[in-house]
Parts: sequence; structure tokens; C-alpha cells
Amino acid sequence: MEKILQVKDLELSFNTYGGEVKAIRGVNFDLYKGETLAIVGESGSGKSVTTKSIMRLLPEESAEFKNGEILFDGRDLTKLSDKEMQKIRGKDISMIFQDPMTSLNPTMPIGRQITEPILKHQKISKDEAKKVAIDLLRLVGMPKPELRMKQYPHQFSGGQRQRIVIAIALACNPQILIADEPTTALDVTIQAQILELMKDLQKKIDTSIIFITHDLGVVANVADRVAVMYGGKIVEIGTVDEIFYNPQHPYTWGLLSSMPSMDAEDAKLYAIPGTPPDLLDPPKGDAFALRSEYALKIDMEQQPPFFKISDTHMAATWLLHPEAPTVEPPEMVIERMKKFPGSRYYEGSAN
Amino acid sequence: MARYIGKRLIYMFITLALIATFTFFLMKILPGSPIASADKLSPEQRAVVEARYGLDQPLPVQYFDYMFGLLQGDLGISINQFKGADVTDVILSRMGPSAQIGFQGMLLGTVLGILFGMVAALRQNTWVDYGSTIVAIIGISIPSFVFASMLQYWLGLKWDLFPVALWKDGFMSSVLPSIALAMFPLATAARFIRTEMIEVLGSDYITLAKAKGASGSEIAFKHAFRNALIPLITVLGPMAVSILTGSLVVEQIFAIPGIGEQFVKSIMVSDFSIIMGTTIFFSVFLIVIILVVDILYGVIDPRIRLSGGKN
Repeated sequence: MEKILQVKDLELSFNTYGGEVKAIRGVNFDLYKGETLAIVGESGSGKSVTTKSIMRLLPEESAEFKNGEILFDGRDLTKLSDKEMQKIRGKDISMIFQDPMTSLNPTMPIGRQITEPILKHQKISKDEAKKVAIDLLRLVGMPKPELRMKQYPHQFSGGQRQRIVIAIALACNPQILIADEPTTALDVTIQAQILELMKDLQKKIDTSIIFITHDLGVVANVADRVAVMYGGKIVEIGTVDEIFYNPQHPYTWGLLSSMPSMDAEDAKLYAIPGTPPDLLDPPKGDAFALRSEYALKIDMEQQPPFFKISDTHMAATWLLHPEAPTVEPPEMVIERMKKFPGSRYYEGSAN
Repeated sequence: MARYIGKRLIYMFITLALIATFTFFLMKILPGSPIASADKLSPEQRAVVEARYGLDQPLPVQYFDYMFGLLQGDLGISINQFKGADVTDVILSRMGPSAQIGFQGMLLGTVLGILFGMVAALRQNTWVDYGSTIVAIIGISIPSFVFASMLQYWLGLKWDLFPVALWKDGFMSSVLPSIALAMFPLATAARFIRTEMIEVLGSDYITLAKAKGASGSEIAFKHAFRNALIPLITVLGPMAVSILTGSLVVEQIFAIPGIGEQFVKSIMVSDFSIIMGTTIFFSVFLIVIILVVDILYGVIDPRIRLSGGKN
């Protein structure tokens, strides 16, 4: 498959009064054409910062690229000037944000907000742009789009506003769509609608999506591949099935275990103990070691490299080293692994 | 919208009637008489003069006479300050210079203030920002008479660019007082716009605008400016009234025959009809400006819908 975006050894820091916060500490991933890659992780794991750095939306005065490159279309986005970035933003790469209640300009009619990127990036007249905008509104399922073009954001509901934000993001048929927790601020029924809409649209316009979320239910629903981030690094990356049914990193185990399950009614919901690492002074070894009951001695000393599990599946944990002791994952994870061909707990087809 | 304005007009009318009533009776309670050197007149002479201005009538009659005249737009005649002159004429003739320097001062101050505030916000924590903050602090903390004297000394006397005082050279005479009046709105606007712009620039819709590919200036002017303007209008309205209706101090320093100067004199000589007339004139002005501000809110911020209301 064609690689549309390559993030290589990306390191980024924020210069704060307290010192240098190493928010991204060597992130590598590729995005393929037409796929949905979900990036999951808890708050502060660096998932939003990673995508905002692709768009270069971080405050220039404090955020600093330390190393690595973001290759798109043969160019390294970390090195482009602001002018060149403006030509890419909204045209080739666009973004959907978390809170639709605040991401639209309250004093501008939504029609103008949708035509803005079209007029900016394409050479067409205002009237044509308006037609495109009306079509976009229809595409995202807004009833009576002609009438609603002149209305202001406060005249729409939260779900409708997120549809408008999606319409804006799709205005120039971007090659990459970054969705930064697009359903977090919506209630559950609207979430489902927006997810359906996004899946539907992806089929129609064939764009690649980077989907940031901390909701594993959403991941299972939309993603082709999943990258699990922790402490400014990707700790495990693989296809949805690989991550959900054959997870290898103790952090992924923790994440999956802390998902509420329909089957286990009486079971106590699991919570990963401890707090995320302080990125002002990141741990020397595996960032998750201090919270992990599976931590080895070497986890405290050295950062684990990526170990390959399959062509599509990699995890950064010393547990995968040939000399590492064999550990039993949590029971809930074993249950999952039983359904995955190739895992050591596989019991044959579930049917 | 029409219904809203209609409703507001009725309220304005009631407010004005109340203001007129209060001012009328307050003045009657005040000691002192508009009839100059009243003590030296014989009772007969006094009666003649009082009869001429209707001051011999019982209070309720005087009140209703006045209010009835007011309804017809008649503010009465000056009793002693401009003996016998029509109050409306007096106010209008005095209003000209005040309105001119007030309007120029307001315009200059607001435009420069918004500019300073915008630049400061866009170049936050640079020397531009600090410079603009210092100008704002100076504008607010230095009294206008100090500033006016400085202008007179440097621009008027030393460099001889503009007349030092008096109202003789048309526009040239209005320059220094306008600048003196501009300082306060300038400082206020700069502070408000800076604070508000910084807040707006940090909001999600600005990030979205950036994500659309908008340039820095498009973000500042198309997206941020209008949203940053809302709180400024609140303070600019009443400030415009106080400045347009004349700043006593500035008019005194530059010896401008404006309404502020005349208002204070009328109080010193207890010229009832002039005091009443000017008060009512100021009130009308303030009430109209408040209405304009409220309408402007709706124009700038679509979330504020103006309607007649149902109760």
C-alpha cells in the first residue's frame, strides 16, 4: 500500500518556565492511503501533540522540533515555512477538533466558514464556492442546507456543529484528515451518528484518517490500525485485531483491562495504578515500568526497542526479548488472546 | 427588531420624564435664586421679575408648565446666564465646539487604541506589547489637564504647530483639545482590545481557522477582531457621551466656548432653565447612545438577539 505520510523519529519539546517538557520522544509511524489509523493513549501521552505537530498548529514560540521528520508529498513538514504550511493546511491535511461548541467562529455565518478554505485553496468564484459548501452540508447530512448557510453556530446543535466542522475539513478533499477526539464532547447517540458519518465519508472520498481518541470502543468501531501511545512514545502498533486480541505491551493490557465489559457485570472495573510520567524529567527506562506489575529490571535501566510480532505488529517491551521470562497477561487479555490465531493462547475458532 | 426599538423608545420616554421630574424638584429644594442679587431687590421688584419667569406660580403649576413645554420641545428661556435667550439655542450654539473636539477625540482615541491593542496582542510579550501597555497606563493615569498643558507647551508654544487656546482658527483650534481628549479612550480601548484579543486568539475557532490555512492577518482581522470588539463597545458608549457632551477641564484649559464650561457656570448662578435644559439634553444623549450600543451588540454578536420580549 502507498504510504501517504511518514513520521520518523519525531522528537518535540515544549520550552516552559519549569524547563523542557519532552512531549514527543521519538515517534515513528506511517499512514497508508485510505486507511484509518487510531492513536490511543491517556491524557498527556502525546497523541494530540503528535497530530498538532503534523499540522504545525503548536505555538511556535514554545514548541520546538528536536529531531526527526514528517514526510508528506516528498517534503519534510517540520522544515516548511509558515507560508508553505498555510497552503497545505485545510487543502491536503485538515483537522476536526474535539469540542464542536467552541470550534466554530460565533460571529461568522457558517456558510462563510465553509467557503473560506475553498476560496483560499481553489480558484473558483464565490458563487461556485457557495454551491460547493451547500453540497458539502448535504453530504454531511444537514437538512435544508441552502437555508442554513446564513445561520450562525449558536443556531445549531452540538452534533450539527460537528457535522459543519467535518464539512469544513472536507471542503478541499484532503488527503489526510486528522480527527482529534471528534466524538468526546458529544453524547453517545450523536457519537454513533458522527462515527457512522465519518466512515461513510471515508468510503466516498477515499481520504486517510488519523483518529485520536481515548475511547477504545470508538477505536474498535472505526480504525484499521491502532497506535498506542504512552509517555510521548508509541509503545505498540498494529492492526485493530492485533491490538485488541493479541496485545503484547503491559500498557495495552492495562488499557484493555480498564475497558468496561458487558459480560462481567459484577467485576470491578480495573484502573491502571499510579500516574503518567513527568515529561519534564522522563524516566531512563521504559516509561510505563513504574506502573507495571510486569516490569523487569532492565525496564528501569534501558528503553525497550521495538520487537516485531508480525509484519504489521510491533511492540516496545522487554517482555518480547528472547531472554525475557514468560509472563501471564491479565486474565481478561488471555480471554481475548484465545480468539486470536497465532497467539500462544489460541484455542481455535470461536465458532 | 422594530418592535424592540419601539419598546425601547417608550422606556426612553419614561426615563426622560423621571429625570426631568427629579431634576426639577431637586433644583427647587436647592438654596439660592436665579434672580441675581435677589437680596437687593425690593419685594415689589422681585415679584415683577418672578412673574416674568413664572416663578410666582405654585410649584405644581410650574412643574406642569415645564413638562408641557418639554413635550413640545420647549426648554424655556435662560433666566440670568444669557438673559432671555432660548435655552435650546444656547445649548445648540455651545454644543458645536464640544461635539467637534469630542467626536475627533473619540475617533482618534478609539482607532489608535484598537490599533495599539491589536498590535500588542499579536506581538504579545515583545517590546511592542510593553510599549503599548506603557502608553495605556500613561493615558489612564495622567490627568487630562496635565496632558493638555503639555500639549499647549510643546505643540502650541515651543513648536508653534497649533494655536495654544481659543476657538478662532476652525479645525486648527480643535487639534490640541481633541488630542487631549483622545488619551483616555485610547488607553481604554488599547487595554480592552489587547486583553480580549489574547483571549480570542487562544480559542478553538482560531485554531480551526489556522487549520483551514488562514494566514496571520486573516485570522486577526476576519476571525478575531469582531469577537474582540464586544466588550469594548460597552465601555465606549458611555465614554462617548461624557466626551461628546464636553469635558469641562479640557474646555477650560483651551478656552473653548463649549457646553461643559457653560453647564458649570449655569449651576454657579442657579439658572434653573439652563441647568434643566442641559441635564435633559445630556440625558437624551446618554439614553440614545445606550440604545445604539445595544443595537450594535446585536449587529456584532449574532448570539445576542434583540426582540420585543413576551412578558
